[in-house]
Amino acid sequence: MNWTPADPMVSLKDVHKSFGELKVLNGVSLDVMKGDVICIIGPSGSGKSTLIRCVNALNDIQKGSILVEGQEVNDPNLDKLELRKKVGMVFQQYNLFPHKTALQNVMMAPVRVLKQDKAKAEETARALIRKVRLEGKENAYPGELSGGQQQRVAIARSLAMQPDVILFDEVTAALDPETVGEVLQTIKDLAEDGMTCILVTHEMAFAREVADHIYFTDRGVIVEHGPPETFFKNAQDPRTKEFLSQIL
Amino acid sequence: MEFVFDWFRTLYQETGINLPFLYDEYDRNRMIGGFLTTIWLSLVCLFFSVIIGVIGAWLQGSSFKWTRRIVNGYIQLFRNTPPLVQLYFFYFAIGTLLPRVENDWGGQSPILGSFAWAAISLSFFAGAFNVEIFRSGIEAVPKSTVEAAEALGFSKLQIYRDITLPLAFRVVLPALNNNLVNLVKTTTLAYAIAVPEMLYEANQIWSDNVNVTEMMIFLLLAYFALVGVLVSGMNRWERAMKIPGYG
Ligand SMILES: Nc1ncnc2c1ncn2[C@@H]1O[C@H](COP(=O)(O)OP(=O)(O)OP(=O)(O)O)[C@@H](O)[C@H]1O
Ligand SMILES: [Mg+2]
Repeated sequence: MNWTPADPMVSLKDVHKSFGELKVLNGVSLDVMKGDVICIIGPSGSGKSTLIRCVNALNDIQKGSILVEGQEVNDPNLDKLELRKKVGMVFQQYNLFPHKTALQNVMMAPVRVLKQDKAKAEETARALIRKVRLEGKENAYPGELSGGQQQRVAIARSLAMQPDVILFDEVTAALDPETVGEVLQTIKDLAEDGMTCILVTHEMAFAREVADHIYFTDRGVIVEHGPPETFFKNAQDPRTKEFLSQIL
Repeated sequence: MEFVFDWFRTLYQETGINLPFLYDEYDRNRMIGGFLTTIWLSLVCLFFSVIIGVIGAWLQGSSFKWTRRIVNGYIQLFRNTPPLVQLYFFYFAIGTLLPRVENDWGGQSPILGSFAWAAISLSFFAGAFNVEIFRSGIEAVPKSTVEAAEALGFSKLQIYRDITLPLAFRVVLPALNNNLVNLVKTTTLAYAIAVPEMLYEANQIWSDNVNVTEMMIFLLLAYFALVGVLVSGMNRWERAMKIPGYG
């Protein structure tokens, strides 16, 4: 079966995942179309991080299917490199390489993994650093940048690989309130450029504004989902209602 | 220079303090030769012991049980036995098992001389400690940093070379330098298999001149200066490797 852009870019079917005895995902299914921005929300420990980490094979799954542009992720012979060229990821703790400057952080994967020419990679990296509004910080080390700046470098680093979809795992959760906005703005810009995004977030106002679709997870299942207007106004399930009442 | 040589010759005649390598050309060449041999042996062992440490620590992270077991066995063996016994083992046990080659005088001589055996033995000795040192550094690298590299498509080897090792290296530099200083001091063991290093040559000189006291004082000061230079070089290196805003 050949994938076409009319098919879901990411498609999860009945995904089950446990850590030893602990069942974390209990049959999750969802589809993400090209250009979609979806937000996954839910209480702590409900399996949100695990869910998106399964998409780029940082976690393996026990049962079910995850297709990324038609490539099956739940496959012992998975070509991880091929998958990770398509799927970018941004982490809560930024996870920049502390011994490399901002510019080097952004350039490194294209040079090492995509075997890009250094000069070309540097040109692209400088453009990306401008795009995330960090011009002038090219030669700063991560330890010399604020949390928000580091996170924007991490976004640029992910973009440098020209992924088709980016996973964001609570990327503003470790930031000071003042710097949350600048990172969210960067993501909003990406979404407007048509980047496919899967976000785990606690920023409800943001989710409401940028998401095409919201998924609410609890104890390893998707309890309820829908476009933001209906989701936030007409939540049906009592668990969703309770969660929203606590957070809004 | 002649002036200095004369001064030490006079010193000997007037006071009996005998430092022949400072006025006698033959003894001077012996001492310089010993000094250079010590430096060369140290450099060779530093280099190979660090290589062993880097490769050993990589193999310890292998998914093959037997690879890990062999590396651990090597570490235990070389950490828990005296380095002098190791040296004798290599030189006398393994050295005599190897085939011999004909030398220039038509006699039979071993393939590897005493210098080579000292280099091998001491590299393995210091290497065993270096594996442990590098492993502790690797364990100190946050898993999340490695995951970020994985998510970017880096291969296992690329992650080790570009991320884990450079970060681990900075963490372990003080411990590594400590071990390397120890290694330089341990090169004196090569004396036992007649490698013409500094201690050995000093011994030759005091046998000929009966000036044990002077040679001992000189040796002590010479090693003190040598290791001092090494330590200050390493301290400078530690500072140069520091990442702004990190650690
Ligand atoms: N590597 C792991 N080994 C064992 N258990 C794990 C592991 N990672 C996560 N878990 C467990 O899986 C469950 C789901 O964790 P997960 O991180 O996916 O939750 P989350 O929804 O992202 O929570 P949060 O909002 O706090 O980030 C938790 O109970 C957690 O303790
Ligand atoms: Mg999480």
